[in-house]
Amino acid sequence: MDITSANQDIAEYHLPSAGDYFSLLKPRVMSLVIFTAFIGLLVAPGEIHPVIGFTAILCIAIAAGGSGCLNMWYEADLDAKMARTADRPIPAGRIDAQSALHFGVALCFASVLMMGLMVNVIAAVLLTVTILFYVVVYTMWLKRRTAQNIVIGGASGAFPPMVAWAAVTGDVSIDSVVLFAIIFMWTPPHFWALSLFACKDYANAGVPMLPVVSGEAVTKKHIMFYTLAMVPVTILPWYLGFAGVVYGATSALLGGMFIWLSYALLSDKKTVDENAGSAKKVFFFSIFYLFTLFAVLGIENLTMRVL
Amino acid sequence: MPLHDEHKKRASRNYALAGILLGMCALFFVVTLVKLGVF
Repeated sequence: MDITSANQDIAEYHLPSAGDYFSLLKPRVMSLVIFTAFIGLLVAPGEIHPVIGFTAILCIAIAAGGSGCLNMWYEADLDAKMARTADRPIPAGRIDAQSALHFGVALCFASVLMMGLMVNVIAAVLLTVTILFYVVVYTMWLKRRTAQNIVIGGASGAFPPMVAWAAVTGDVSIDSVVLFAIIFMWTPPHFWALSLFACKDYANAGVPMLPVVSGEAVTKKHIMFYTLAMVPVTILPWYLGFAGVVYGATSALLGGMFIWLSYALLSDKKTVDENAGSAKKVFFFSIFYLFTLFAVLGIENLTMRVL
Repeated sequence: MPLHDEHKKRASRNYALAGILLGMCALFFVVTLVKLGVF
């Protein structure tokens, strides 16, 4: 190699920044995972030393980041085809795929190892299941094959409060399964509302999301059905006694609003191209809904413990 | 991209890495103390 071409290579080479690596961790998804896990930690019966509790949440955050990174590594070809994701570090060429793979694997291994050594083995096993579910079951297996991808794959996003619960109690109980079930049932209406107004992007990338495969009308029916099935599940924490009356009333009220918005979407005869408003309302409300439910669950539990 | 920008980027990445490593060392130390029942 002569000195001119070597200089040209140096001029064309761009070092990935710390920010590029950080964006590989899907920080927005990670923040929701941290939040739901923190509530799981708070609501679980029993005591955990604050340092160990912090370590458990850190391990869950690192695992979520590592899984997000491996998801971006595997889906770089899809991301390049979608306007929403084309600027991610790998398709934009700021980080090479091999580095992202190494980074993701290292984070996932580190998180499980730390959880096992510093917290407990049950939480580490659940964390491993979470990572495998997201990376292998959802990303590699289901996402490109079936329109039901997010129904089954959504389980991976539902595990964090269960992992945090296990960090406190060292086991899996019916109460922690209920927290899992709330997020599991919430995921389909949330993602299908998004996929309704991002349908063209998914179709261009060849991802078989429900609106791409079955059309808008069927997707709207599915959203309605899953919302109706989800609301009773969200009331279970109050029914089972690990949440108070404030949570019970909030879940019933917000559940009613979610059903009403899903019905408005179902009865909207315009296509999403003509009017994306009702689908966007369901999508943004669903984020507010989950955040508020878990926030009320945590605050009420904390208040009852203090009083 | 000018070379001094690349140096800046490398420096910021190294500082971030050093911060993470120091943080992990501190965490491992504190967790060990907690497990030993010091706190």
